[in-house]
Amino acid sequence: MSSYLLSLAIWVPIMGALMVFAAGSNKNLARWTALGVALAGFIVTVPLYLGFDMSEAGMQFVEQRAWIPRFNIEYLLGVDGISMLFLLLNSFITIIVVIAGWQVIEDKVAQYLGAFLIMSGLMNGIFSALDAVLFYVFFEASLIPMYIIIGVWGGHNRVYAAFKFFLYTLLGSLLMLIALIYLFLSSGGSFNLLEWHQLRIDMTPQILIFLAFLVAFAVKVPMWPVHTWLPDAHVEAPTGGSVVLAAIMLKLGAYGFLRFSLPIAPDASHYLAPMMIALSLIAVIYIGFVALVQTDMKKLIAYSSISHMGFVTLGFFIFNQIGVEGALVQMISHGFISAAMFLCVGVMYDRMHSRNIADYGGVVNTMPKFAAFFMLFAMANAGLPATSGFVGEFMVILGAIKFNFWVGFAAATTLILGAAYTLWMYKRVIFGEVANSHVAELADINSREFLFLALLAFCVLAMGIYPYPFTEVMHASVDNLLKHVAVSKL
Amino acid sequence: MFKNFVMPDFYPAAPEIFLLAMACVILLVDVLLGRSQRWITPALTIITLIGCALITYLTMDGQVVLTFNNMFVDDLLADFLKLMVYLSVIFVVVYSRGYLVARQLDKGEYYLLVLFATLGMMVMISASHFLTLYLGLEIMSLSLYALVAIDRNSSRATEAAMKYFILGSLASGLLLYGMSMVYGATGTLEIGGVAQALNLGVANKTVLVFGLVFVVSGIAFKLGAVPFHMWVPDVYHGAPTPITLLIASAPKLAAFAMAMRLLVYGLFELAEHWQSMLMIMAVLSIALGNLAAIAQTNIKRMLAYSAIAHMGFMLLALMSGVVGPDRHYALNAYSSAMYYAVAYVIMSLASFGMVLLLSRAGYEAEHLEDFKGLNQRSPWFAAVMMVTMLSMAGVPFFVGFFAKFSVLIAAVDAGYVAIAVFAVMFSLIGAFYYLRVIKLMYFDAPVDTAPIVANLDMRFLLSLNGIAIALFGLFPNTLMSLCTYALLRSL
Repeated sequence: MSSYLLSLAIWVPIMGALMVFAAGSNKNLARWTALGVALAGFIVTVPLYLGFDMSEAGMQFVEQRAWIPRFNIEYLLGVDGISMLFLLLNSFITIIVVIAGWQVIEDKVAQYLGAFLIMSGLMNGIFSALDAVLFYVFFEASLIPMYIIIGVWGGHNRVYAAFKFFLYTLLGSLLMLIALIYLFLSSGGSFNLLEWHQLRIDMTPQILIFLAFLVAFAVKVPMWPVHTWLPDAHVEAPTGGSVVLAAIMLKLGAYGFLRFSLPIAPDASHYLAPMMIALSLIAVIYIGFVALVQTDMKKLIAYSSISHMGFVTLGFFIFNQIGVEGALVQMISHGFISAAMFLCVGVMYDRMHSRNIADYGGVVNTMPKFAAFFMLFAMANAGLPATSGFVGEFMVILGAIKFNFWVGFAAATTLILGAAYTLWMYKRVIFGEVANSHVAELADINSREFLFLALLAFCVLAMGIYPYPFTEVMHASVDNLLKHVAVSKL
Repeated sequence: MFKNFVMPDFYPAAPEIFLLAMACVILLVDVLLGRSQRWITPALTIITLIGCALITYLTMDGQVVLTFNNMFVDDLLADFLKLMVYLSVIFVVVYSRGYLVARQLDKGEYYLLVLFATLGMMVMISASHFLTLYLGLEIMSLSLYALVAIDRNSSRATEAAMKYFILGSLASGLLLYGMSMVYGATGTLEIGGVAQALNLGVANKTVLVFGLVFVVSGIAFKLGAVPFHMWVPDVYHGAPTPITLLIASAPKLAAFAMAMRLLVYGLFELAEHWQSMLMIMAVLSIALGNLAAIAQTNIKRMLAYSAIAHMGFMLLALMSGVVGPDRHYALNAYSSAMYYAVAYVIMSLASFGMVLLLSRAGYEAEHLEDFKGLNQRSPWFAAVMMVTMLSMAGVPFFVGFFAKFSVLIAAVDAGYVAIAVFAVMFSLIGAFYYLRVIKLMYFDAPVDTAPIVANLDMRFLLSLNGIAIALFGLFPNTLMSLCTYALLRSL
């Protein structure tokens, strides 16, 4: 089965980015080109969903070509039910980001849009690479555009945030590189992930490999206690950067657990699961409390992201179908919701140039349409039923209770905490009397802003009311993964 | 009287002979040139190098040919390295011209000395005898000493030249002393003969290992590995930038060849001894190079310390060839060392090329600040520099990543997992100062807003250089396989 769809999903945005760079100082040309490229990038991923065989647990749309025969490295791409949706999500979010930056970014427009398109292509590469080196190369290369985006178009403290982001993530991935080389040598000279899944490894190396992957992926997720780069990066990044960071980049780490840690080191995963569950619960509860006391809206959403990602890792390490599927649903739903939340803050920031909750109040009086959208997303973030936020959390909690009542109980506190920090922020910003003259002068959202908020609102509601199209594609692959993980490789 | 005289086969040494002859021609022609005809000398220099490349390429047949009573060897390793040397010297000449013209340093001597240095490197690369090797080394080094001092009005350059000369002579002395020990133990100066004597096990090991220490010190000095690195930052900093560019590029290939010829071809039986020496130097170089580079404000010094770290990485591969009695790792390890050296030269050319691009008459762009806001002055060349820095930091998709990657495979394969982890941790530290250059170019506003003046040929080659770094990163297999193949056919 040969197909070029995955290659197109990777290289259309990257090649398109070169066209955008070529537009140079012509801002409008750059914008329209970027929008065209982003749409094309989304269109080539749609057949992945439509042509997907849901009964098939293995890889589909496989492309296999020699890349570096010297080390038996292949250009090997393929998606299964776990990764396929992320390509669509990523390409969709890229369109939103291009629209969101339309009037906001006036400085070096071509470079800004080009960087996002390149990043989109690279992240499609991460989700579809089945060769470890190819994965690693995409994984690390995606740091470069984000580093530039935070550093060039970011806030006051952007340089610090950009360095922290880059070095933190590089730290993790370098250790992973050693683990990859070790696996290459012990598998007799292969970087093929699917072959690695079958590899027998002793317990001690398994644990070491698991820990090396853990550092790489935990930084990316981010899990407590290596999460500290995220609030800095989010606060300083421009709105588009925060959106991509929260919606897609954080998912890379979680995806890595499913593609690397669990299948390659299943015994170590079981052995270390209590630690992983503990770290996840700390993220859910402790970071939830941290979010509660934030005064900066972006920081609050950043901490809420960490807390929600704690749910994802929790879902993975309780090893049951509903938990893992719930975690995957949560990842996609969080992709929509966090993107929407950051965009909402961006909408206000563009008008007021402040992210402080204290500078706002009574926004509903001047921006009623906006307040309605923000309300929906805030509710989704808090996990209100009929929004996508509820589905994933509910599934994970169900899975956790099956696993152990008290773990489920602790996880369920997020429903209270999430509601507390999100709605309290919403109340302080949107309701009440008009706080100051700046708020009084606010103009409601224009049609461009309406467009991207409406698109996201549709996704959030659709996924909340009818999540079946999302979950049905996962069943076979998740089932297969859990069966695989249940068998010892010692 | 001449009954026993056999005419040696000159054919394998054709490129060297051609270069020497052309150098003499240029020496004569240059005297006759007027002020307005100055361009002829560099043009002839480049033609000479292209001629050498053609001869080398056309006479390349993959055979190991020894000539001049086994003093000179022509094999695929030599041919490949020589081609890389010509190529990098051509880049050096093109990059340097604008800078030299602006400072009235574009005298004929510069080009001649560059050619002689090239000749020295070629002889080193093809040496199969201790004397040939030493001869090549001295031709190269003496030319470089003179080149560092070519701007005689600069006290800093003169100081750097003195330092380079004194320390370089000391290193040559150490090397000679070591060679004499090896000669004492084995009774031969031929590299092949030394290997044979060691194989037979008749040589006195104590004397050999004693000599080996000095040989390794000499090599380490030429590579600039810790603890023989003292000259590197001062010379890189003090020399005029075109000379720094030269020192930082092709001679690394010659030094790699020297290490290969002496240690691998000659003293392979002593691998366990020299490997442990290289290990200490590799670890120290990677650590000190990366740490000290952070503190630099001068980009030439920063790149000097980065060169030390890079050489440490190359040594990491060289020390991974033999594990106990097992030698099947050797090819992989040495070819990744070679790949690393070649990749480093490509990156080094681009980085110093950028420094030269930003310099103009009466202005040396050698402070990190001079790179501020480059993205606003020239987005294209900022991108070239970014690619170069990322490649040096070892971030994919650039050639530097795959160089580090193959070295790490060699090291882990040989069982040095802890050292590999150590090396990647220090390259994380190293990433900081490379990222700082990108930060200056992209995040900061320009201080210097003068337009970039450079000849078209320089702009073209520098762009090509940047593209090469990216292309060799996207398609790394060609260069990797070439290195492996060249070594395979020459061992």
